[in-house]
Amino acid sequence: MKILVAIKRVVDFNVRVQVKPDGSGVATDGVKMSINPFDEIAIEEALRIKEAGKADEVIVVTIGNNSAQQQLRTALAMGADRAILVESESSIQSLKAATSLLNIVQKEQPGLVIMGKQAIDDDNNQTPQMLATLWQRPQATFVSKLEINGDTALATREIDAGLETIEITLPAVVSTDLRLNEPRFVKLPDIMKAKRKPLDIINIGETIEGFFDKELAIKNYEPPQARQKGIMVETVDELVAMLKEKGLI
Amino acid sequence: MSVKSKILILAQHNGVAINQGTAKAITAAMNIPDCSIDLAVFADDTSTIAAEAAKLANVGTIHAVTTTDENWKLAQGIAPKIAELATNYTHIFGPSTTFGKDVMPCVAALLGQNQISDIMQVIDATTFKRPIYAGNAVITVESTHDKIVATIRNASFKTADMTSGSASIENHTIDNAQTDTKFVSLQAGNSERPDLQTAAKVISGGRGLGSEENFELMYNLADKIGAATGASRAAVDAGYCPNEMQVGQTGKIIAPDLYVSFGISGAIQHLTGIKDAGTIVAINKDADAPIYEVADIGLVGDLFKIVPELMEKL
Repeated sequence: MKILVAIKRVVDFNVRVQVKPDGSGVATDGVKMSINPFDEIAIEEALRIKEAGKADEVIVVTIGNNSAQQQLRTALAMGADRAILVESESSIQSLKAATSLLNIVQKEQPGLVIMGKQAIDDDNNQTPQMLATLWQRPQATFVSKLEINGDTALATREIDAGLETIEITLPAVVSTDLRLNEPRFVKLPDIMKAKRKPLDIINIGETIEGFFDKELAIKNYEPPQARQKGIMVETVDELVAMLKEKGLI
Repeated sequence: MSVKSKILILAQHNGVAINQGTAKAITAAMNIPDCSIDLAVFADDTSTIAAEAAKLANVGTIHAVTTTDENWKLAQGIAPKIAELATNYTHIFGPSTTFGKDVMPCVAALLGQNQISDIMQVIDATTFKRPIYAGNAVITVESTHDKIVATIRNASFKTADMTSGSASIENHTIDNAQTDTKFVSLQAGNSERPDLQTAAKVISGGRGLGSEENFELMYNLADKIGAATGASRAAVDAGYCPNEMQVGQTGKIIAPDLYVSFGISGAIQHLTGIKDAGTIVAINKDADAPIYEVADIGLVGDLFKIVPELMEKL
């Protein structure tokens, strides 16, 4: 079985982004870029499935500009076997991403597609579900435990009510939640080795023939409303008195 | 009034009661001028839950769809039917809960539309505000799509009237139910305390609690004042408490009247989950913790001394 892992290059999770003063976007110049943390978990899970002898090949794919090669190389250094860059100069929205990924899926015929449940830049949480739908295969979203058993998988999902377990018939799409695993650190010799692993580049146009693109228009960016500065109290008595005054207890 | 926007809302329930996220989606929908609102509710036996849904105010019709083999819990089990019902609607909304987030993008894909996730404000029938970058920026999004598929951010809207409605019920079935995904089990958390997502008061603990045993302090204090319990990602990752207690960018986004945090430093990903709370109280031993930047009331000190004192004085 092949596993396809879809990743996205995003502003590093430690960076606190700022909205540009003219409201045209967020400032990303010179900002550290990384693999979306949920996608890093997806890579790790794919590698563990392969290491357990349940998959033969891990292919990592991203849609992005040429700089996204860096993130693909990192994934190769973690242990992925080969990489595909679907090159797009402009950023794209979820339906186009899912349509493009479907094309890769149809070429590669993976038994499993794993990706992060959401990208921490646009926080959309859509592409895995859209890919599953377009592919007409099952999805298991927000997964914190995954057990592959031949042509089915048991997936435990982190949902609002607790932990839900579902059984999916493969091939299927899995989206990862935080507690699925802890991604490994990349070692220096692996970075050197990763440079020799195959990385194919194709233009996004080749993957979305006939797709009629309807983008949602982003009219404006603004910073969130700031909360008013609070006050510090010295004792529990003061705290209790204030909460009583506000009628909260 | 001529109806310009016909809105279909996917109702969420647990088999017994309608989730308040549904009522919040109704509130959001009512901000759209000249609209009518209908609901879709799925269950293996719809009789009880459709009657519950019909009590939601301002709803015209309940589409009660009967499923088999617990397919109502599964995105692939219900998305095609929602897309089919969507033919007669301009807007299809779902709550921005794990349920809505699972299902709605499938509906959007079936309809060939992009989805607007986590609507926090309705500007008009086609323009909405939503947060990105863990709430560090807010964007105004305009759709020119034939249909608007969206999820509604719970914390941004009040719960609509859930008792005085009298919607009519229309029954539906699903032909060709899917069989590739099966519900196996749900391991549910504590149901005796108020629901974290809708509670008026929340007591929340972080890494500062130090252990699963110490988290009892949070449960006891919550029970004392009738609060729900929450946690930071660090506390959940450390195994101090179950995942459904996580508050933040990837956990629950909540807006209680009172949020009291103990031993939570306040990573941006956590703060995004509590920004809409009425009053935020922060208790931490580190006076420089970022949580104090958003707190309305801050107290620096040892939570292991402060909690027992609060137990006594509240």
